[in-house]
Parts: sequence; structure tokens; C-alpha cells
Amino acid sequence: MTEPTPSVASDDVVVQQPYRLHAHPPEISASRARRFGSWYYAEHVLRSMKSYRWTLLASSVGTPVIYLFALGVGLATLVDRNTDDAFGGVSYLAFIAPALLASAAIMTAATEFTYPVMDGFKWRRVYYGPHASPLNTDQIVNGHVLAIAIRLMATTTIYFVIVAAFGASDSPSGVLAIPVAVLTGLAFGLPLLAFAAGLEEDRGQFALVMRFIVTPLFLFSGTFFPLETLPVFLRWIGWISPLWHGTELGRALTYGYELPVWLAVVHVVFLVVLAVVGLHLARSVFARRLGK
Amino acid sequence: MPLSDPPVISAHRLSKHYGDFHAVDGISFDVPAGESFGLLGPNGAGKSTTMRMIGGVSQRTSGELTIMGLDPEEHGPEVRAHLGVVPQQDNLDEELRVRDNLLVYGRYFGLPMSYLRPKADELLEFAQLTEKSGAKVDALSGGMKRRLTIARSLINEPKILLLDEPTTGLDPQARHVLWDRLFRLKESGVTLILTTHYMDEAEQLCDRLVVVDKGRIMAEGSPAQLIRDHSTREVLELRFGSERNTTVAAELQGIGERLEPLPDRVLIYARDGEEALEQVISRGLKPVTSLVRRSSLEDVFLRLTGRSLID
Repeated sequence: MTEPTPSVASDDVVVQQPYRLHAHPPEISASRARRFGSWYYAEHVLRSMKSYRWTLLASSVGTPVIYLFALGVGLATLVDRNTDDAFGGVSYLAFIAPALLASAAIMTAATEFTYPVMDGFKWRRVYYGPHASPLNTDQIVNGHVLAIAIRLMATTTIYFVIVAAFGASDSPSGVLAIPVAVLTGLAFGLPLLAFAAGLEEDRGQFALVMRFIVTPLFLFSGTFFPLETLPVFLRWIGWISPLWHGTELGRALTYGYELPVWLAVVHVVFLVVLAVVGLHLARSVFARRLGK
Repeated sequence: MPLSDPPVISAHRLSKHYGDFHAVDGISFDVPAGESFGLLGPNGAGKSTTMRMIGGVSQRTSGELTIMGLDPEEHGPEVRAHLGVVPQQDNLDEELRVRDNLLVYGRYFGLPMSYLRPKADELLEFAQLTEKSGAKVDALSGGMKRRLTIARSLINEPKILLLDEPTTGLDPQARHVLWDRLFRLKESGVTLILTTHYMDEAEQLCDRLVVVDKGRIMAEGSPAQLIRDHSTREVLELRFGSERNTTVAAELQGIGERLEPLPDRVLIYARDGEEALEQVISRGLKPVTSLVRRSSLEDVFLRLTGRSLID
């Protein structure tokens, strides 16, 4: 690296120019940050996702296609031939589609709320940049969550379109399975965010979360067979699993699976409570850790 | 500047404790607008903690602190909106391109893209990174990342710039480029607050500095004034060979104002180093090598904070 020889011309460029334009005064920065800070941080996270856009798009399209062909077409052919009414009178594809939609949201949330959080605090310390700006820690958390919610919305929308193309959602209310899946993803993801934010180092905890929490939830939440077919001593996994609650709601929306209103309310409340508690925990962990 | 102008930063008996550990232990100072103020001290002296309190990201345990007349704990966003911050460790977003790092950061201040786009280009020019505008941050050298961090800290045109060890880990060329950029900012009226443990950096950039050790201020003044107050004009460095240095020291008593025997050499602090050397020779002592030099900030620093290693 060499210093350019100072000359009148370079002085004009180097010294004069930076002060020609003017930023608005700090008071305006502060009041805008107070109002829109969460959006500003969400904007940052979404911009950094741009560098992965093709990978994200490929996995958002590829994952449902693979699952729907393997399970909804392959396995379903066998299942539909051998069962009469085990799935409430609908095809196996229709039965598993809402579950796959909600699992996709959970899988995405599990990725987004683990390693990137460690990255933000420790590896590349991305959170410390905005922390020194007018944003406050709650806004960093909100913004991160908002960006991931938008990502979940995009992923599940693509998923839903593909599910619909496979003919697995014939009810007009089926579209509502998208926000339900996003809520399910957040109900699982936000407590995970609080957990990840509290970790000082990665000693394989995230791999354990994937193997011993995400995978069992995926298998035992009434995803591939109704929860009632499990022995009673295993059903609790479904009851505490956001995936089961989200899937039950999704089924009611996509194919008219019969769900009493009170139970639908329980499902929604369960998911909302998990998400809200997770968010609050995450905010306090962020504040403690960033404000040391 | 007239005395009536309030200081941009004012700390009074500022303290930060972590349990029993007093990271910052009652320090007081005022920084007037446009001054370049340095916090000099060994590792663990409390410099970064002080900077983080000024930066409005760490809460104090006790004492008073105002930035532009505002308490950072009550007016966090307002205080931080006034500042540009260059942290000790770079925290650039490596998933974004060089220029995008500036744009994204500017958005935190609610600055519109119509301002940010030309501003980002100007700052890249200022930081001599124009050619790297579209590059990945990964691909930058340490010095370039540092300059990008400085460019990022200027996106909101702050009047106060906090620099926590801005040149640690950089090669001499990169440091000189950075100093030049910082000096230009100072000339344009930006108040610089910096921490460093490089004496040459402090001498280059600081109008006034405080030497901090164990969370307390040990001395305060301009670099020249600190040298006057805490050291002599010149230093005579003598080497007699490692075994003899300490024994010879006894025979050197009375020469100069102060004598400091070290394992590898003996230092004599004197107003006139040549004269001190003549006295040494007239006592029949023959050093292997001798060197007369001007006293530096490093002498002051070591005198005030001790020579033992701090880890």
C-alpha cells in the first residue's frame, strides 16, 4: 500500500469531498432509530442474506419437492392402498403436507437461530456494530427476528405453492397455513434464540439440538401418523411440541380436519406463548451480554 | 477555545466494577470540543471499559458521565447518534460487500439512501478503498479492514470519534496511513478520543492524554508536559553486560537525577546526557555501549505504570 503523492487535485478529492454532503443532525438520527430501529436491523439481516439468495431459493424449492415426491407420492401410494380411513378420509399427501410445511419453518428457524447468533456474538461479532449505533439491544433482537420471520414467510409460501401444485390443499383457507407455519417456526425458534445467545462457545450444543430436539419433534409430532396412534407414554412429545400444535392447525385449514374451536385456541395460545416468552428471554440475554 | 464552552465529554468519579474487580475506579476528566484526547495505559488498565461507557454501551457502576451534555444511560440513542465508534476488534459484516457495510451502517441512523450512496463513495475515497468498493470484506488486509471500520464510523458525520486501539496489529505503513487520515479528521474539527498503548501514536495524535493504570488516572497533560513532569530532558542508556549492570549501578549513584538498573542496561535520567556520560567515564567505568537520547513518553509510561508484565 503506498500513499499517493499529495497534490492540489488529490487534496480536493480527499479532503474537501467528505464534508460537502451533510447528514441530518444527531437528534433526527436518534428519533428515527427510536421509531424504526427494528426495521433498520431487519434490513441489514435481509441484505446479508442476499449473498446467499440462490442457495436459499434452491433449498426453499428443492426441499418441498424432494419431500413431496418421496413421501407424498412414493410412500403415499403404498399408504393410501392399505388404509381405509386412518387419515380422516383424506389422502396421505393431504395429511402430511401441512406437517411438512410447519417442519420446514422449524428447520429454517433452527438454522437461523443457532450458528448466526454465535456469529453475531463471538465469531464475527456482527451484533456489536449496531450496538454502538443509535439502535438499542431490543431493536437488534426484534430486527433479527423480523428478518427471519420474513424469511420464514418466503420459504413457507414457496412450500405452500408447491404443496398446492401437488393438489394437497383444496380449501381456500389453506393459505392461512402459511402464517401458522411461520408462527410455529417462531414458537420453536425464539426460545432457541435465547438459548443460543447465552452460549459462550460452541461445543457442539447446536448439533445436539438438531439431533435430539429437532429430529424427535419432526418424527413424533403427529407428522407422519396421527399422534393418537402413538402409545400414551410417547404422546407428550407431541403435546409439548410446537410442531404438533402448528400441524393440527394447518390440517384444519388445508383440508377441513375437524378441530374444536377451543382446541384451535389452545394451539394458537401455546404457540404465541412460546414465541413471546422466547422473545423476552432473548432480549434480556442480549442486553446482558452486549451491555457488559 | 473560550472557557464558557461546555466540554463535549465530562466524566466525574466514573467507576465500573465487575463484582470485586474495579475495572474503572473513579476517574474524572473533561474533553473540550475539537480536542484530541488519549487514554494511555497497559492492557487491563480500564481504557476499553471507559470507552464503552462513553460510547453508551456499558453502564457505569457509579459516578457521573455526560456526552454533549447528555447522560448515556438515559439518552442512549441520542448519545450514540453523536458518535462515531471504532472498536478494538473489527466487527464488519463479512457477508456484505465493502460498500454495503457503509450503507447498512448508515441506515442505523435513519439516513436516506440518497445521502448514503454518494457519502459511502466519498468515505471509501477517504479511506483509500475505492477500488475495493465491491470486494468482499474477507479479502481485505488488516489495515484495509481498519480503514473500512473508520470509514464506517464516519457515515453519520460524527463530531466525536471514539477509537479503541485503532492501529494495534497493523504494519508501520498501514499505521502511518491511518494516522494521516485521523489527523485530517482532527483538522476538520472532529473531537478524537483514543486509547492506545503505543507511545508514538499518542505523541502523534493526542493534544492531551491521561495515563491510566488499574482503573485510575496516574497522570494527565500534553505529551510534552508529561515528559517534563515525570521524566528528565534526556536519558543515558548504558550497557555493561548482563552480569555487571546491577553491580555497576551502585558505583553510578549521584549521576543524573535518577538511576534505573535493568537486566540488560542501566538508565540514567539527566538533563544533559552527554555530561552524565562524562561523569560516568571520569569515575573510571567503561560501558560496552552508551546512548544518549531524548526522554520519550515511553519513559513516562513505564515510570508510572511499572515495568512488570501485565497479562
